[in-house]
Amino acid sequence: MEWKTLVDQLFTSEHDVQREGELLRGTGQLNGQSIAIVGTTDHAAIGVELALAQARVVLDTVSRHPGRPILLLVDTQGQRLRHRDELLGINRYMAHLGCCIEFARLSGHRVIGLVYDQALSGGFITSGLIADACYALPDAEIRVMRLPAMARVTKLDEGRLEELSKSNPVFAPGVRNYVAMGGIRSLWEGDLQSALVLALAESPLHDERAADGAVRGGRTLAASVIDRVSWS
Amino acid sequence: MNRSFAESTARERIEHLFDAGSFTEILGPSERVMSPHLAQLGVPASFDDGVVVGRAVLGGRSVLVAAQEGEFMGGGVGEVHGAKLVGLFRLALRERPAAVLVLAESGGVRLHEANAGLIAVSEVMRALLDARQAGIPVLMLIGGANGCFGGMGLIARCADHVVMSDIARLAMSGPEVIESSHGVEEFDSKDRALVWRTTGGKHRFLSGDCDALVEDDIAAFRAEATAALGEGRPLSLESLEHEHALLAARIERCGDCSEPVEVWRRLGVIEPERVGDLDTAALRALRPAL
Amino acid sequence: MEKLHFEFKGNRSAGQFAPLLVGVVGSGNLEVLIEPQPSSGACAVDIMTSARGFGPIWEAVLRDFHDRHGLADVSVSINDMGATPAVVSLRLDQAAAQLGNAGARP
Repeated sequence: MEWKTLVDQLFTSEHDVQREGELLRGTGQLNGQSIAIVGTTDHAAIGVELALAQARVVLDTVSRHPGRPILLLVDTQGQRLRHRDELLGINRYMAHLGCCIEFARLSGHRVIGLVYDQALSGGFITSGLIADACYALPDAEIRVMRLPAMARVTKLDEGRLEELSKSNPVFAPGVRNYVAMGGIRSLWEGDLQSALVLALAESPLHDERAADGAVRGGRTLAASVIDRVSWS
Repeated sequence: MNRSFAESTARERIEHLFDAGSFTEILGPSERVMSPHLAQLGVPASFDDGVVVGRAVLGGRSVLVAAQEGEFMGGGVGEVHGAKLVGLFRLALRERPAAVLVLAESGGVRLHEANAGLIAVSEVMRALLDARQAGIPVLMLIGGANGCFGGMGLIARCADHVVMSDIARLAMSGPEVIESSHGVEEFDSKDRALVWRTTGGKHRFLSGDCDALVEDDIAAFRAEATAALGEGRPLSLESLEHEHALLAARIERCGDCSEPVEVWRRLGVIEPERVGDLDTAALRALRPAL
Repeated sequence: MEKLHFEFKGNRSAGQFAPLLVGVVGSGNLEVLIEPQPSSGACAVDIMTSARGFGPIWEAVLRDFHDRHGLADVSVSINDMGATPAVVSLRLDQAAAQLGNAGARP
């Protein structure tokens, strides 16, 4: 879905969200409440500048609008794959974005992630996945890496990976698998604005994703291993 | 006697870094908590899923430890591996150790477990930050031959304190991935000297992305880790604004650099071409002036 | 993956000891876990290996290992990623040596 269409639907056009390059930012009105919006579009490759720009929006929200909910709109092809970004320490820039989002959460801001198009790899870890909860549109795509690249790196047969990705949630790129594994709390279908209102009301404060993965059957071991270690 | 950190296994690193005989493992190999996903790919699982976690003593102080085994699946984080790390950080909230130390050696998400690994990495990140928020210092010790990449490279920079050896690497994407995306002119993954100038311990130390630089020696890591056992630094608006300003200034100052030597020149290193030849002591002497 | 199982009859019982682990599962390598298993002197060996079709070679290597050490009342569990017979023997001997150093009581 186009970011503009999405935001118009979420806020019945009561918003001032603009795009500046691949960055999205602005404020939306929902039932009399202001929501800060930040994210990316055009399957953005997250480089040092884009990570920093998003972090700026989050920090500004925390310092100027205490308690204001934050909506992260995710559409990324992952981290930018350039020598320059590695040289400058893209991992530190992305970690900084993640820490800013986490700090917002800890400071009482509800943070909701929404994958509205694509979410890959590192670009996803330090945005949607560090929110209170991350949601997705049914047609969105979430993956770690495309299958051909994965086959090259793992030296596994691409055909075998293709086959497995049809049946096994661990490999299959679909959003429904991420729901089954607890990574995505639920899909937003139908009335998007209602889904957002509900998400703001009921997203958890603590990380429940492993427990969700166990209940839903997509990740059967994570929750019990976490419990065994943390109660040892 | 020098004992190479890089050439040691995760268990050997633990054995020789912490106070003698002080390590007690949690969910050890005989518990057989293993990956449920690898067999279908014809890949053998490991009894500890490639990460050793437990309690230890460092200089008389109780700590929690995780050591990733770089030789198993490149240290990649899978479902169980990640859950052990999350559990360790949650345990820290209950036991309040002097620190949580992560001996990190990893390519990031274990691709063989793709989605489960990706989610796991984000769970580790949140659990680490929860521990920091509770005032527990988190130390990353990076010295393995495989480096610390991907999701673990992200996690490393969420910690309070990072120690690297000069042969270690810390980054997001590996040079091969960059080369296959944008060509050998973008990043020649076979140019080892360039790879280390770009992502190695010396560069990260000079740029400030690691707090301490040591020789490839377990005793040196031990000394730095012991010295770093201090107050935890929870996130604060002030610390995040400080970090933000630092990162913005870096882009201003060095954003148009394509060669690491040029970065070092702009940081104020007098003879930056010689950095490759300098030993860690000489580099440590250089940094305060920058 | 191939799963193999072998049993040998040992002489001196290893008694009680803390489980010990040697080696790492990496390319051309293996990990060996030895645990006490009271079994009237048996030495049970369980192998998970990514290299299929080498049953007879495993048997020969293990028989040689058994002739050297005669471990009894133990279970030996192995995860293997294509180690050569020489490396397998090395790891097994390392594990037996550690067992000896642990001062196992009969």
